[in-house]
Formats: sequence, structure tokens, C-alpha cells
Amino acid sequence: MFPNQPPYPGQVPFPTPSGADDGVYLDHAASTPMRPEAIAAMTPFLAAYPGNPSGGHRASRATKTALEESRETVAAVAGCRPDEVVFTGGGSESDNLALKGAAGAARARRADLDGVVTTGIEHKAVLAAAARLEREGFRVARVPADAGGIVDVEALVHCLDERTAVVSVMLVNNETGVRQPVAEIARLVRARAPGAVVHTDAVQAPQWLDFASATADVDLIAISGHKFGGPKGVGALIVRGDTALVPLIEGGGHEQGRRAGTQNVAGIVAFATALRITHEGRATETARIVALRDELERGLIAQVPGFHVNGAPDARVAGLLHCTVDDVEAEMLLLALDQQGVMAASGSACSSGAVDPSHVLLAMGMLRACALSSVRFSFGYASTQADVDAALAIVPEVIAKLRAA
Amino acid sequence: MARVMVMMSGGVDSSVAAALLHEQGHDVTGVTLKLWGGESDSGCCSLSDVEDARRVAAQIGIPHYVFNFADAFDSNVVAPYVDAYAAGETPNPCVECNRTMKFGRVLERARQLDFDFVATGHHARIVTTASGPALARAADPAKDQSYVLYMLGTEELARVLLPVGELTKAEVRERARALGLRTAEKRESMDVCFIKRGGRDAFLGARIPRRSGSIVDEHGAVVGAHDGIDSFTIGQRRGLGVAVGERRYVTDIAAGTGTVTVGPRADLLQDSLQLRNVIRSRDLPPEMDVQVRAHGVPFAATLTGATLEFASPQPRIAPGQVVAFYDGSVCCGGGIVAE
Repeated sequence: MFPNQPPYPGQVPFPTPSGADDGVYLDHAASTPMRPEAIAAMTPFLAAYPGNPSGGHRASRATKTALEESRETVAAVAGCRPDEVVFTGGGSESDNLALKGAAGAARARRADLDGVVTTGIEHKAVLAAAARLEREGFRVARVPADAGGIVDVEALVHCLDERTAVVSVMLVNNETGVRQPVAEIARLVRARAPGAVVHTDAVQAPQWLDFASATADVDLIAISGHKFGGPKGVGALIVRGDTALVPLIEGGGHEQGRRAGTQNVAGIVAFATALRITHEGRATETARIVALRDELERGLIAQVPGFHVNGAPDARVAGLLHCTVDDVEAEMLLLALDQQGVMAASGSACSSGAVDPSHVLLAMGMLRACALSSVRFSFGYASTQADVDAALAIVPEVIAKLRAA
Repeated sequence: MARVMVMMSGGVDSSVAAALLHEQGHDVTGVTLKLWGGESDSGCCSLSDVEDARRVAAQIGIPHYVFNFADAFDSNVVAPYVDAYAAGETPNPCVECNRTMKFGRVLERARQLDFDFVATGHHARIVTTASGPALARAADPAKDQSYVLYMLGTEELARVLLPVGELTKAEVRERARALGLRTAEKRESMDVCFIKRGGRDAFLGARIPRRSGSIVDEHGAVVGAHDGIDSFTIGQRRGLGVAVGERRYVTDIAAGTGTVTVGPRADLLQDSLQLRNVIRSRDLPPEMDVQVRAHGVPFAATLTGATLEFASPQPRIAPGQVVAFYDGSVCCGGGIVAE
């Protein structure tokens, strides 16, 4: 009936990520294409190895071995023991397990441990979990950030007390790419709120920095596979030492009773492979990406009047370029760019796809109108010079056209 | 081939509109307007209508975007709706949405993005006349929606496509089924889209301080009391809470004093009324047909200045309601009933 009817109902041809002819993919902070090595590593576990890792026969031993080797790989990169790695269904689950699990365990231990301290720039997984805890009777403090996107440490310290149960501060902000002083905050928490568990949402970190050293004194660390070439729907929560957690999912005692359910072995193998490769190549990769990002940034500043880069320059990670474009609505810009093949994002698209003013920018004190004129270009391991060249050819023209219309 | 931005509500009509335009070879892009439901509204991000529209766009094979017009909808449609009830009027929010959102902001965005046309799933037709494009009644008279589009003039109509206006509703569903669209059997939305739970009274009750007052009969004698004028509409018969022998209708609402007058049906009749915001998109015939509600039966009237005179007495129409003008099947404009 349609001239370009897809092969079967519901299937649409997707633009392939970076490097392909039909699109300039600059949304790696949202998700990345899988690394070929990760795909190769996971493939045998989709069919050739059927065993449930909890079983006792040889098929199960094979998948159990792969699972535990993956755990060791993740532990090596994260700077923790293998038994401190809890595999989850991704970053949001890890954040939820961290906040709800630690808060629940704290209250069970000591009824007066009822304080949760977090920031206004967190991912919605953290903010929503904190809001849930608030409805359940916890006192929740949300600390703002400065204009450069860095959390106000002094304000955070003021919120700490003997009753603080959980402190959650992200390592790298997913919209601005600004790195947060998590190590310093962890030290301050130890001194002021010795009963508190420190969590960091490090989902945007492994691809850009050695998160093991940045989180050495942190109890709980959330990471997610698809941000660095692993599969979607696989993540981990690093649970250091004997940090007590009430599980979200209970069942057969998997993951040391912290997360029940037969492990996603294929996904976990791919996740660990992607993390290892990301870690091994990080220094060279980051240098390459920061050059690409800076070239795009310089080019856009030069060609687009009223183009402002957001985020403290010294604190930004390599792959993100967050900007405000005067007199252009982000919703219109993203649509017009997509029509020209450039895929970018507003920081805070909700799952309906509508652009809302970013809570991160608002927490940084940005005006609502400016927040609605802000977009994020983000790079990943698959980004190339061709992406930058294409973006520089398209983005300024699209902006000029929208302004003229 | 033209570049067409089709507004997809997630209903069957706009789904088929998008499919038809795509079939005709146009370069079609779907957009869904997120009009209601901020963060505080539990519906945010789970609006199944947006998901339906997105799935249909994927099935057809066209790009789809969401426009977040929640703020603008609130200030252009919801707030005036609430204000009108507070002033004792009976507003038509669908008309305001068409005027300010669909054929206001979306039409403007489409222009900025270089689209030749915007399209919707409204049941109405655009016909060519010597004096340019004109809005005409739909092929399916029972589903005709030209009334809520009365504000469209030649200039807008030249940039609008209404592909399902040529089909009956049954034909629309048939097309949707044949295409395997998930919206084929979807129920029609009948009510004001932004009032979900609890109905109009609860919605307005939460936004307008209730102004209690008296209910009086046609002679001015108090026959009852009420706890808010916004619960009443001119012509309303049910839920008056007054027990009198014969059937009583709301014949007047005085917002200032909070007095609601009820009377016999004869008191509802009037020979003429005053309009405001009159739009004459075409030359009006000396005696035209006018329609005063979405699926109302038209009757003859003449317009002099802002005074509309009926050929025969008609039941009173509430201030705030829309009167659309017709020359045969062609819509020539309309106005809003003044106090």
C-alpha cells in the first residue's frame, strides 16, 4: 500500500550511527552504538551457551564462568573486589537500588536515620527515588549548583547531620558534562555524617575518566553499559564493603541477595567487554574526542552569533557540548537539525519526546526561556572528524534559517 | 509533492490523514502536541495518545515529533476557559485551541520549518472558489467539524489540508483497518481533552472560588440556592435542584450577583443576539444559515453589524458560545455570543 512499505509492519529503517551516510549522530550521552568487540563477546551466550549460571551442570558452569569473569573485569576497572559488583538492569535501576536500598537499610538499623541529601542536577532516576523516599517520610534536601554547573559543596555540608542516611551526588552531569567534586564531598560526609552512605551516579563517567580513583571513598557507584558501547539494559551498582542495602527485587538470592533474577549473561559479558575496552583506550580516545568536541565548539562560536557554551570550562568532560542558542527554541532546532540528518538532544527529553525546560539548567539558576533554547551535542567512541565537518556545515545554516524565518 | 506537517492526535482520523497524504506522495512529517500535563500531572511522559501517534507514524514510515505546548495551551486555552466560566459564560475551548494552537502556533512553526502545508484529521473540506479556498462541510454530515474551524480564513486555508473531510467516518475506520493502524478501533474523544477525572465541576471547582447565590424564577422570586454559577449553562434543564411543577431551564446567569434565573422554555426563546469578534471570511449571503453548537441543526439568520437576527425565535444561546455562518455548505465565518 505504501511505496516504501517496510519489510514487516512496524519496522522502520533506522539511521545508522556515526560514520554512516544517513546521519550525523551527536547524541552519545543518550546512548552509543555497541562496540563490535562487545557484540562478538556476547553472541555465543545468546544461543550456544544455554545454561542458567545458577545451575550445576557443564552448560551452567560455562555461563557461570563467563559471568564471574565479567564481574572480575568490572571490578578491575572500578577498583573494587569482584563480590562488590552487583549487576543490574541499567543506570536507573542502580540508582534506585542505591537510594531506596541504602535508605531502607539505614532506617531499619536506626529509626532516626531519616535524612537524604542530593542535588538539583541529578538524573531523574535519583530525583525520583529521592522523591519516593520523601513520600515515605525521609527528609530530602536538594542542593543547587552554581552557574557553571558545579554543586554547591558548602550548601551540601550545611544539610549534613547525625541523622543523614544517604548522600547522592553524581560524578559527571549528563547534560552539561560538568564533573562534580565527589571525592571532596565523600570526605566531608565522613566527618559530618558518619552514619551516611555515599552514592554517586557515575553513568556518564567511565567513558571519560578513571572513575575508580574518583570514587575510591564512595560506598555506592552506579554505571550503565550503553553509555560506552555496551548493550542497553545492563548496568552495575558497585557496593563497597559491607554497605547494607534492602533489595528492590527479591527471589533466588542472586547477586548475593542484592538483586534477584537470572543474570543477563550475554548482556553482562558485552557490558564488561565494552567497559574494559573503554578503560584501556580511554587516554587516547579522550584526547581524540576532546579535539573533535573543541573543533565543533570553536566553529559554532565563530559562525553562530548568540551561541553560549554552558558548564564550567575546567570541569567539563571530553564528549559533551551543551549550549544555549539565543532566540531559537530547542524544540524547533532539534527538529530542523534532525531533518538535515544531525541528531542532537535537549538535555531533558522526557519519554514522550517532548522538550521540557531542563531541571539541571534551572538548578544552575538559568532562566526558563534560556533553558528552552539549550541543546546538547555529545560525542562517543564512534564519533569521527566527518561528524564534526558535517555538523559545522549544517548547524550554523539551520540556526540562521530558523532565526530568519 | 509538497512538504506537509500533519498534526497527529493519536486518534484514528489524524492517523488516516497522515497515511493518505503519504500515499499521495507528499513528504509528510507527523507532530503531536503535548498540550496538557506538567510534571505534577501523573500523565506526563506516559500519554498513550502520543505513543499511539508515534507508532502510527512508524507504521506509515514518516518522522514524528512532539511539540511541548503545555505552557501556551495553559495560557491560551485553559486559563480563558476558566475565566469565561467565572464570568458566567460558556466557552468553547476546542475553538480556542484551533485558533491559537493548531492553526496559530503550529501553522507558524510549519512556516518557519519550510513546510508547505499543515494537515489535521478534522472532518471538513476545503473547496476552491473564485475568491480562493473556502471551508466547507465534511462529506460525512454527522461528523462535520467545520463549526470548530470557522475562524479559518482564505490565508490560512491556502496552507491547510483536511484529507479525511472527503471520507465518512466508516470509510476512515475502514482505511485504518486496511492499513493495520493500531488506532483503527480507537474510541472517539467527546469531552474537553484537558478535563480527565471528576468532570467539569471538579475541574472548575479547584480553580474558581465558588460563588454561591440564589436561584430565582422568571418573576424574580427566590426558588433555591446554589454553590457556584460555573455549574450552570444557559438552557440547562438537569441538576437545577429546584422543584417546581413544570420543566424549568436556566434562562440567565448573572455573574456579578451570582444569580441564576430559571424559567419556562418560552423564556429561553429570543429573536436576535449580539456577537463579538465577528469574522467574515467570505461575503455573507443576505440570509444565511447559522449553527450554534458543534453538531447543532442550522437555522436561518441575517447579520447586521454585530446583531444576528433569527428568521424565527430560537432557544437562548449562552454567552461565549460560537455561532458559525454558512452559505449552503460553505462556512463564511462566525462570531462569539456576547452578553
